[in-house]
Amino acid sequence: MYTRTAVNLAQLTLLVAALYIAGKLLSSYWVGLMTEALIWALFALSLDILLGHTGLPSLGHAAFFGIGAYAAAIWFLNVGQNFWVCLAVGLGAAALLALLYGLLVLRTVGVYFLMITLALAQVLWAIVFSWRSVTNGDDGIRNIGRDHIEFVGLRFGETGDYFLFVLGVFAIATIGILVVLRSPFGYSLRGIRESSARMEALGYNVWLYKLLAFLVSGTIGGLAGVLFVFDKNYVNPEAAGVVVSAEVMLMIILGGAGTLFGPIIGAFTIVFLSHGISSITERWNLIMGVIYVLVVVFAPNGVTGLFARVRQPAD
Amino acid sequence: MSYWLVQILNGVSFGVLLFLLSAGLSLIFGLMRIINLAHGSFYLLGAYVGIAIMGMTGSFWLALAFAPVAVALISIVLHRFLLNHVVGNELGQVLMTFGILLIISDVSLWLWGGAPLMLEKPLVFEGSVNLAGATYPLYRLVITGAGLMAALGLWLLIERTRVGAIVRASVDDHEMVQGIGINLPLMTSLVFALGALLAGLSGVLAGPILGVYPGADFVVVLLAFAVVIIGGLGSLKGAFWGSLFVGLVDNFGKTMIPEFAMFTIFVPMAVVLAVRPTGIFGKA
Repeated sequence: MYTRTAVNLAQLTLLVAALYIAGKLLSSYWVGLMTEALIWALFALSLDILLGHTGLPSLGHAAFFGIGAYAAAIWFLNVGQNFWVCLAVGLGAAALLALLYGLLVLRTVGVYFLMITLALAQVLWAIVFSWRSVTNGDDGIRNIGRDHIEFVGLRFGETGDYFLFVLGVFAIATIGILVVLRSPFGYSLRGIRESSARMEALGYNVWLYKLLAFLVSGTIGGLAGVLFVFDKNYVNPEAAGVVVSAEVMLMIILGGAGTLFGPIIGAFTIVFLSHGISSITERWNLIMGVIYVLVVVFAPNGVTGLFARVRQPAD
Repeated sequence: MSYWLVQILNGVSFGVLLFLLSAGLSLIFGLMRIINLAHGSFYLLGAYVGIAIMGMTGSFWLALAFAPVAVALISIVLHRFLLNHVVGNELGQVLMTFGILLIISDVSLWLWGGAPLMLEKPLVFEGSVNLAGATYPLYRLVITGAGLMAALGLWLLIERTRVGAIVRASVDDHEMVQGIGINLPLMTSLVFALGALLAGLSGVLAGPILGVYPGADFVVVLLAFAVVIIGGLGSLKGAFWGSLFVGLVDNFGKTMIPEFAMFTIFVPMAVVLAVRPTGIFGKA
């Protein structure tokens, strides 16, 4: 167990080093894409805590992405432009929402869990869509600037520098997630996934474990949202919409749920693919739809699943 | 007084359209345990195909007769070749039906463009009637009547016929039904097609008042979800009362607090789920 965590940490270090080098070599177009892919990878990892590890298939994870992005953006434009304060506001809002939603959804499992998470995310989407005086409705919030922000010599206005910052945040957050998931807490979550009745009988407070998983997952989802809004400099209600929720789920399934690298591979694949397709043809929604269907038919356990069966069972 | 009457009638006419839409969703879930996110696409296709048929023939009646059938045929293909892969796999269902939703919405955008289209109603239903001092569009009354007739027909089919008894038995116990020699795969195909047919029908009927536009599939599938969540999955009764509730609440929300119209549906839904997770008439 200890050694496997060490192996994963080494693999992660290699990945971060490779991305660092790629960031130095590639043009700013590709670096921008990699920034986006890293943000989605972090978002996918956060959902996988629920979906892959705890067995709670949320179809409303965009709510946390959206509230993180919107809270940071609204604070930025109305209160103060300090990046760290915006970050804290975004994380705090996402954490509060996760607690609130967690209290509502955790009575349900399976299909009903899917539907109530979708419904609640839709409530948030409706708020940002309708509350024009604060969120600017479907026009979205523009003019979020990052040019003035500097941190340890990184000027966020530069594409390459912001990429490095996102890479750093990604590395720290991913190590954090790995440590949590390999702790007794993480093993308890997987126990709940396999049999919540048995965990209950063993004396675990299943509800509390699920709530904590929801809180951690939602807060990291909010972190991805804050990074996203400072990357794009704008946010609109789509960020909290069902397309985002479905897309992040696709990333996890494509890469392999319940694995460390699955969500990362899935996020990079989908981000690069959708940019590639949308630059070639207007019909990229059609092609994305076909990809959804193909993934479900041919790789229901994800690309890592294709290999993991042979080597070792995924935990 | 007449204001309230008009609003209630509007809500009820929208409610019966929602019933046609969500009855299929609910039955399909009950029978196959499949959550079909693409169910709203059947509505969208019904409306667009109806417009196409009207463009070719100029007849609303032909559109009303054949567009739902076309949708049902498409649904049989989807069911046979795609959805059969994901029975018992919730995540797979979500992703696959979401993919189908994207495909159908993009193909529709391709074929019919991005501008909202209206279906022309037949001349017989033009004009309005006098109701307790208020003038009310005739077509909406016709929709309400047609929808209630369809609901009655569906209820008779499910509750009073042998086929309906098989469907109800299948909802409760798949294995037992197959054990006594009933062809369950054929049953599910038929019910799936019936659900799609009704959704297509609601698309054609709604065409003259709501119109059809890219994104309508998302809007209506979420409303249908709200209906089955509130009413309970797998229950026709739940779909009926849920539809009327959502139709009325949505209508009053839009007229009284337009800024927060979405809330008026999703908040009751969240409350129902929190208090009674299987819906008001749902089976656990």
